[in-house]
Amino acid sequence: MSEQKVTFRVFRYKQGDTAPHYDTFTVTVNERTTVLEALQAIRRDQDGTLVIRHSCHHASCGTCGMRVNGKEVLACVTNVLELGTPTVTVEPLQNAPLISDLVVDMGPFYETFSQAHLPFVRRSEYLPDAEVAEGVPFHMRFESCIECGLCVSACPVVASDAEYLGPAALAAVWRVVQEPRGTEVPPLLDWVNSEHGCWRCHVALECSEVCPSNVDPGGNIMALRQELVRRALGLSHG
Amino acid sequence: MSSYHVVIIGGGATGSALAHDLALRGIRVTLVERGEVTSGTTGRHHGLLHSGARYAVKDQESAKECIQENMILRKIAPGSFELNDGLFVAITEEDLAYYDDFMEGCAVCGIPTRTLSREEALRLEPNLNPEVKLAVQVPDGTMDAMRLPLRFLATAKHNGAVIKPYTEVLSFLMEGQTVTGVHVRDHTSGKEYDIGADIVVNAAGPWAEKIARMAGVDVPVQPSPGVLVAVWGRYNNMVINRLHRSGDGDIVVPQRELSIIGTSSWVVDDPDKLDVPEEHIRLMYEKGAEMIPALKHAKMRAAWSAARPLIGSRGATTGRELSRTFKCFDHADEGVEGFVTITGGKATTARAMAETTADVVVRKLGLDIPCRTREVVLLPHTAYYTQ
Repeated sequence: MSEQKVTFRVFRYKQGDTAPHYDTFTVTVNERTTVLEALQAIRRDQDGTLVIRHSCHHASCGTCGMRVNGKEVLACVTNVLELGTPTVTVEPLQNAPLISDLVVDMGPFYETFSQAHLPFVRRSEYLPDAEVAEGVPFHMRFESCIECGLCVSACPVVASDAEYLGPAALAAVWRVVQEPRGTEVPPLLDWVNSEHGCWRCHVALECSEVCPSNVDPGGNIMALRQELVRRALGLSHG
Repeated sequence: MSSYHVVIIGGGATGSALAHDLALRGIRVTLVERGEVTSGTTGRHHGLLHSGARYAVKDQESAKECIQENMILRKIAPGSFELNDGLFVAITEEDLAYYDDFMEGCAVCGIPTRTLSREEALRLEPNLNPEVKLAVQVPDGTMDAMRLPLRFLATAKHNGAVIKPYTEVLSFLMEGQTVTGVHVRDHTSGKEYDIGADIVVNAAGPWAEKIARMAGVDVPVQPSPGVLVAVWGRYNNMVINRLHRSGDGDIVVPQRELSIIGTSSWVVDDPDKLDVPEEHIRLMYEKGAEMIPALKHAKMRAAWSAARPLIGSRGATTGRELSRTFKCFDHADEGVEGFVTITGGKATTARAMAETTADVVVRKLGLDIPCRTREVVLLPHTAYYTQ
């Protein structure tokens, strides 16, 4: 596999710094190197103080969300050379408190998200014709949302309205409406039926564009609006 | 809460479960982790909730641990698993020849099994290789490799444990031959400081040897990486394993909207330097497709390596010959007081590893407090971030 050198311009900030700055590193990459692997190489070989979040390395945990060349991505599935830029700029997510370097505080994200009470396991829609094994109640899988926060970082409305519930929580509420699994739906619909809820969305759809996990938050927000209208008109099935 | 303070080095599955166990026993706990929690090995495994059947023939100690912990985890972490069970599939005559040993091993280890005909297996999993001879159903499942340990950490925090990610141990504090704490750097601020401890526990997984050396102790850990490949889509609902001795590319774990094909196995000295060899990626596709032919053309989502922390013997070459069980070392045996290492094991057995280690820790502190982690239901993973 051929190798080449790529320059990384990395956002840096430590608690107590008066302002953030950028550091530049040169990393040798090949056709398969991901942005996450390049950042790990920087931390291992050049600067052991670089703070990054990562865990699963296959777009399943959602921890390595960051902005690469200005766009929200998961670093673990972002190929360096496919970016096609001689310099790769890496910055933390927006609309979240900065902790250090490329890491933001996910506390506020989860404060809102957890209020959707989205169960972690759902019915699987895959292989619908397959029989279910003896002793297994139904085919199940984890929810698609990996709680990475890319949608919240990319959302222009979150940037301007700190009280906006944001695309991740709203999308989660829609999933509960679709498949309640014992969760009470009416209080959740009341929660999102507000000026800082699903009606606040400008339909910029940046959220669906950056979502790495097929959630389509923008589409879910539109579905929530339709559901609220249906219920207001007394057309709801429940 | 007792006045004793224990510092845990490592925020993987083991350290997380240990923080939970000790906090429940009323011990003050501080857990330090160099990076984000679960960023070393834990987050990168295939997500298998082991039934133990993979080890039922060759590594029965580990197999028994797995089935016991599997049943406990279902109780203490409800809602955290895809519980579709697993199949061990015989594709060739050679696989079929392994059947009797496999069934006997499962019986000895207490792993429930149900043998399915070719037709029954194909009705459950239509994408299986039509050459399949028979299949055995076992209670495998899928976990989220990061979020299960987050539930241990969330509960530990709730019970008073202090969790410090991005905090790297630079050296040990020692008085003579007794460990009295650690000197750390908080990478979010650059500040260095000391944390005093009555006991320090090394739960650094494949980094355990490096950590132990700071206290002048040798721990026989052999970092053994494996390559995993995630492809888009679910080709199976149940975990599909090859019915034969553990080998390369013999498991497909469906998870969320992905299928994870694993794994290969080799050994390295430095767990920070893990390649993802191209030929291993190809091998995962090839071997995976022997069980589920459609995987051959599945679209790749990611390929990565993770280093298992196997209890070493320096002569190991592939890592497959090393047991998947765990071991707790009280380094008083080597003349160093106040220092314990826990290593080996698997994500499925992390709770048991923690119980064994916490038993050693409280005994060293002269206490007699029983373990409660078999019964206490864990907080949801989101609580790790919201408290």
